[in-house]
Amino acid sequence: MAISFESALGIHQKALEVRVQRAEVLANNLANADTPGFKARDIDFKAVLGGVQAGQQGEQLAMATTNGKHLPHGGNSGVSGSGPDELLYRVPSQPSVDGNTVDTQEEVAEFTKNTMQYQASFQFLNGKFKSLNNAIRGE
Amino acid sequence: MSLTNIFDIAGTGMAAQSLRLNTTASNIANADSASSSEGDVYRARKPIFSAIQQDVMSQALGGQAGELSASQGVQVQGIVESDAPLDMRFQPDHPMANEQGYVMYPNVNVVEEMADMLSASRSFQTNVSIMDSAKTMMQRLLTLGQ
Repeated sequence: MAISFESALGIHQKALEVRVQRAEVLANNLANADTPGFKARDIDFKAVLGGVQAGQQGEQLAMATTNGKHLPHGGNSGVSGSGPDELLYRVPSQPSVDGNTVDTQEEVAEFTKNTMQYQASFQFLNGKFKSLNNAIRGE
Repeated sequence: MSLTNIFDIAGTGMAAQSLRLNTTASNIANADSASSSEGDVYRARKPIFSAIQQDVMSQALGGQAGELSASQGVQVQGIVESDAPLDMRFQPDHPMANEQGYVMYPNVNVVEEMADMLSASRSFQTNVSIMDSAKTMMQRLLTLGQ
């Protein structure tokens, strides 16, 4: 029985990837906390990872590119469907006069939560590698 | 690797906030710099922030479809001088008084500047802690498989 990394690691490597992307988006929100007119953005983690899972099971309907000039659609790339359309805008709880929708407390809370979930994903991934190591050693 | 992007983003945030602190310091230091003519008097300086957007077209044609097109940090567009009315005080015995006996003082609102200073230093702290978290995440990642 052949072991491929793709099937051995499962969803965890993709989850880790999406967590890093989400950290980036949240860090960007916080850097722009004082930029007038900036709209806070976020990733719908469930939707993105759901797209990955569906893609892994071969159920996703990918758009065909029949011409070299067609713009690529996110469907076949690493994190499935994570084009610009996956990047959503946050609904502001306290809109400010200058049009900025970044709520620093909320963003910091989300970032911290995301970091913890990243560490959880990391633990799972590390566990997978440990079991692979054990399997190789045969102890 | 997008974890390194977080360092860049937090770095732009820290640079912008420290520039904001710099203008605040300059404004407060010059809050009482008197002048005899309207042209010479110091005016409150304010930085203008804007988000750095990625070039959407080059991304679409470059084929990096998996990347998110969020903006990449913050930049300072420029520093503008406030056009709030100047503070004219009637001080005929002041050495810098003009013919009518008025002295021009800057349009710096010290209370506003203090609030700005607090906001800037808090935002700076937030960016530092973001960078710290990114560093921890990266260090954890380097121990993968050990």
